[in-house]
Amino acid sequence: MASPSSVADKPPVFAVATPAAVAEARTALDAHVVEMMAWHFHESTGCPFWLDYARSLPFDPLKDVKGFADLRKFPPFEDEWLRGGPVRRWVPKGLADKPMYVFETGGTTGVPKSRVNHRDFRTDYEMFSDTLPEEFFPRGANWLMLGPSGPRRLRLSIEHLAQHRGGICFCVDLDPRWVIKLIQKGWMEHLEAYKQHCIDQAITILTAGHDVKCMFTTPKLLESLALALEKRGTTIHKMGITGIFSGGTEFTPQWTRFAVEELLDGAYMTPTYGNTLMGLAASRPVIPADGYTIAYYAPQPRAVIEVVDFDDPDAVVPYGGTGRVRLTTLTHETFIPGFLERDEGERELPYAKYPWDGISGVRPFRALAASTTVGVY
Amino acid sequence: MHLPAWRFGKPYESIERTTLVHFLSGEPVAEVSQVGGALVGRDLGKAARAREALLAFEPEDIVERLQTAGNLYAHGTLSVGGTPQSPADFVRQQSATTGLPESLCRANMQKNLFVLSNMDRMLDALSRGLPPEILWKGWGREQRGVVVSYQAQAPVLGLVLPSNSPGVHTLWLPVIALGVGLVMKPGGQEPWTPYRMAAAMVEAGIPAECIGLYPGATDVGAAILASCRRSMIFGSAKTVEQYRGNPRVQVHGPGFSKILIGDDCVDDWERHLDLMAESVAANSGRGCINTSAIWASRHTEAIAAALAERLGPIPVKPPDDPDAKLAAFTVPGAAKAIWGQIEAGLKAPGVSHATAPYGERFVEGERCGWLRPVVAHCDSPDSEIAKAEYMFPFVAVVRCPQEQWLERIGPTLVATAVTDDAALQARLADCTDIDRLNLGPIPTTRLDWLQPHEGNIIDFLYRSRALQVPAPAAAATA
Repeated sequence: MASPSSVADKPPVFAVATPAAVAEARTALDAHVVEMMAWHFHESTGCPFWLDYARSLPFDPLKDVKGFADLRKFPPFEDEWLRGGPVRRWVPKGLADKPMYVFETGGTTGVPKSRVNHRDFRTDYEMFSDTLPEEFFPRGANWLMLGPSGPRRLRLSIEHLAQHRGGICFCVDLDPRWVIKLIQKGWMEHLEAYKQHCIDQAITILTAGHDVKCMFTTPKLLESLALALEKRGTTIHKMGITGIFSGGTEFTPQWTRFAVEELLDGAYMTPTYGNTLMGLAASRPVIPADGYTIAYYAPQPRAVIEVVDFDDPDAVVPYGGTGRVRLTTLTHETFIPGFLERDEGERELPYAKYPWDGISGVRPFRALAASTTVGVY
Repeated sequence: MHLPAWRFGKPYESIERTTLVHFLSGEPVAEVSQVGGALVGRDLGKAARAREALLAFEPEDIVERLQTAGNLYAHGTLSVGGTPQSPADFVRQQSATTGLPESLCRANMQKNLFVLSNMDRMLDALSRGLPPEILWKGWGREQRGVVVSYQAQAPVLGLVLPSNSPGVHTLWLPVIALGVGLVMKPGGQEPWTPYRMAAAMVEAGIPAECIGLYPGATDVGAAILASCRRSMIFGSAKTVEQYRGNPRVQVHGPGFSKILIGDDCVDDWERHLDLMAESVAANSGRGCINTSAIWASRHTEAIAAALAERLGPIPVKPPDDPDAKLAAFTVPGAAKAIWGQIEAGLKAPGVSHATAPYGERFVEGERCGWLRPVVAHCDSPDSEIAKAEYMFPFVAVVRCPQEQWLERIGPTLVATAVTDDAALQARLADCTDIDRLNLGPIPTTRLDWLQPHEGNIIDFLYRSRALQVPAPAAAATA
């Protein structure tokens, strides 16, 4: 029988954060947690859901949570709470008069989970923008968003990222729920045809003289676009793309190596890990010397990723150990304490640029993987 | 030992690897590089080169090299993934990761050797005597003087191979000799035959650029099926249903092979006990050509009891025991789950368990499980277990009046008809539910390699079409 083999342990080839930097970041996180408790659990600013929930708790979040570690006092967050309405119960009173978006996640069958947003997605992507190298993502360049559209945060976020950097974003229509249905029904020819339909739209934009230099796409669509262009005797880079921002759990070191060596033709790609609940985690530079390891760091203190024991979600695994992703979101718009994600991975050492824990090898959580359909969008 | 991907002749070591372990000890046997579907899709963009490389040789030359390859495969020490591999190494490795007894691995090797050694005769039989250069050039003149054209439908055949039985590899061995390259996704537990065969072929002078080996996850299979204009896939009844009617895909699923004992012969059923036992239990019952049901209108309980007496005592033995006849189920929990299903089926009305007196059927190992032969008796074809097929020696002896057979037998890959009744033989010959028909007491597991199996591979890879040339040109090709 087969079992996955792991890359051999080796000394880090990246700049590990100093203990002082790690301690400083932790202090900032603790202070941020206290600020968030004061916001989310104060009668004048908190949302109806949390104010109501606080009454059932055996502790007072305003007094008893003095730092990140104290968030353990909350029972695990259940994402089922995010299904169904009324949606206003999630809107903090302090933001009640602000224009609100609602973004959905899942929803292939049944009621999708939703998260309200005022400008969190803009803040997250403005912060992420600061991590993009100018050389490959030049200011003023136009963008192509080749990814899921509809009621998703990503669609607006990429457009905002492009605008924030002085560019204009071209988009395609892509319904990931239909993609998942096609896979579940085994309609693989329709799946190919739908993928081709999306790629055709992308190629039409890239060949229309719009000076598109930057792109968001998913690993699978990046593959399809590169192969379609190769058939036409050209490449992503030759079409003018210099920087690609990509996201999805399908990133593996081997896939990244293949993309760098055979698909990108010198265009730069930065993998990211994100979702509607957390926001966006940037990656450490992905380099051959690091075995193309893809390690993500959450946008702390707005969100925190921990890698926890499969059987004890309050216990963080040792560095290099494997565990489930536990997510905490701490913004003025959203409070999500200790949500156990549907992903697993290995705990990574703090990186100089992001002096807190990271995660690598992100993949669907093994206990759920068999029942999860990973989309191909 | 590490098995890299083989990208039309270029070895490719992936960062991602799976470790194949011994099914009993858990000891690592080999690492296998895992590639992704896009890498396969990219390589398949250049698939035409595979056929071009083959067509640079004379067809007879390719056949000779394949015969040499057969000899190297069966007897030589070959470099597989950069490691020397003798036939004995191969047998040990294959047994270790598939759970198949070594004796059965050796028997399957002989099958593959036979096919490669007799490739010239097989091609002659499959093509009904077509001069091989016609497949190379696309058209030519037959011996009877008529211009014919056979157009290749794909430069390579894609193969999504299984892990269950090394015997299936005989199906694709003629492909290279037909001027078509091979793109294979080896079975997760059984990469051994494709790798050793590819090594033997290249060693024998078959161009390396006409063979691709792409171990990986399901996306590799999907990429092969999406990018190859002709593919073969091995899978479950669900897979068969998914690709039914798709002219690009030849799908090999469960066989539901049967022995039908006619009313004229059934009173002499004891004479055919060897035939039945071999058909059920050969190759540990793993193949689609193994008999999963025996139909007769009477004596079925006696047949079931006699077969149970023959097969029921077969014990589980270590894989290197020359008398080992049962393969292990190496996927954790698989044997137990299958046994649970069978136990439920045996409790249905009208069903009895003939092998019950011969001890426990499910044998649990530390890391694997075995199922000892099961003979069920069914009063009618209505019970679920009468229509079942499992990957171990399992057979349902089904009582059913002969006049109802044809409307009730359903899909049957191999049917052995034990009858001299000419009218019944004629009706069976017309029955489109039956693929291979044995008229007479021939075990379902015994294949005549000069006959097509599950469709003629030439009809799948080539299209016979019209091609007209002016008379002088036609004469010039003669």
